[in-house]
Amino acid sequence: MNTPALKDWPLWEVFVRSKQGLEHKHCGSLHAADAAQALHMARDVYTRRQEGVSIWVVPSVAITASNPDDKGELFDPAADKIYRHPTFYEIPEEVGHM
Amino acid sequence: MYTQAMDIPDDSGKKIAAVSSAPSDQEAAFEARIDADGRIEPQDWMPDAYRKTLVRQISQHAHSEIVGMLPEGNWISRAPSLKRKAILIAKVQDEGGHGLYLYSAAETLGTSRDQMLDALHSGKAKYSSIFNYPTLNWADVGVIGWLVDGAAIMNQVPLCRCSYGPYARAMVRVCKEESFHQRQGYEALLVMMKGTDEQRAMVQDAVNRYWWKCLAMFGPPDADSPHSAQGMRWGIKRISNDDLRQKFIDATVPQAKVLGVTLPDPELKWNEARGHYDYGQIDWAEFWNTVEGNGPCNKERLATRVKAHNDGQWVRDAAQAYARKQKERALKEAA
Repeated sequence: MNTPALKDWPLWEVFVRSKQGLEHKHCGSLHAADAAQALHMARDVYTRRQEGVSIWVVPSVAITASNPDDKGELFDPAADKIYRHPTFYEIPEEVGHM
Repeated sequence: MYTQAMDIPDDSGKKIAAVSSAPSDQEAAFEARIDADGRIEPQDWMPDAYRKTLVRQISQHAHSEIVGMLPEGNWISRAPSLKRKAILIAKVQDEGGHGLYLYSAAETLGTSRDQMLDALHSGKAKYSSIFNYPTLNWADVGVIGWLVDGAAIMNQVPLCRCSYGPYARAMVRVCKEESFHQRQGYEALLVMMKGTDEQRAMVQDAVNRYWWKCLAMFGPPDADSPHSAQGMRWGIKRISNDDLRQKFIDATVPQAKVLGVTLPDPELKWNEARGHYDYGQIDWAEFWNTVEGNGPCNKERLATRVKAHNDGQWVRDAAQAYARKQKERALKEAA
């Protein structure tokens, strides 16, 4: 009864710049046959209400992500380095804003 | 739009296993994050039952958006003015978009678009029963916006805080767009109510036919909703079926008054002690009968959906053939 659907349409991640001067931000994903089609679909799916002025599409397989199991060793070392924050340093009040 | 189906097992519906075979420290970390009202992301470890529940709920939700295009789509060519036609096209396009956000969210859990579409097209997967009733006249389109989308918003707003990140993010997007759906429906009805007696009668008739079906959209009473407690525990569901239903009724009664229609429930009246409206009995036998596939439009909706999918096959094939050709050409030029 059914014909095969999207078997070979790869997945794309969509990034939208909401306005000039701001960064492209991840907003979702979609299936498309190629990059041009992915852009067209992203326009219809993610920017129907002027949500963007620019779109990037990236094949999902091209993204290398950090492993959630490594979260501890990747990110915890920063936790005890509070001297990397400006609030670590006490400056006399008369100096004013620094 | 939304599905009541978070509690409705698919035909294959195997009972969700309470015990998971996973090591207990992962499970403990998961439970701790849930307890702290944290979010779960696709790569995080999660119990199989949590994953299965989400796949079922999100895919049913997506199917509801897609099938939900059909009853209103019927009226695009018959909208009473160009303005109403443009509005209806935009709304139906939104529903299609909502389906796509949700399919994508479900895919992050390891299911594929093909699997989900096959489940819908073979009749294995459920979608919201509200779409298995016919849209007989233009007032139905307004009532769907006001009441069906209104009920959907009640259901969907708490889902923006769902513990599963991709689902919650999709719902934020959906909710932003849904408000337009409800308001355009209510406004279309206001216009009809300012018209002739015949037009007012059409609105009342549509409300009479849809009111009880909308109350049923929130799903079975809490007492008969076995999956609910686990869904609440996992932060997938935030507010119970009965509480959402009550919220919807309390919000809708004053809107009906402004519109000038009667809600078809003689038992509907304000209860000072409870601070809520009391309401009559929902016909659950009729609800389940429709869920089981015997509603007035189940067969027609599914057939229309399958036909649309099959008729679009050549487009998908052509896009794929074009992409392949382009790739081959690029390789040849590079060589």
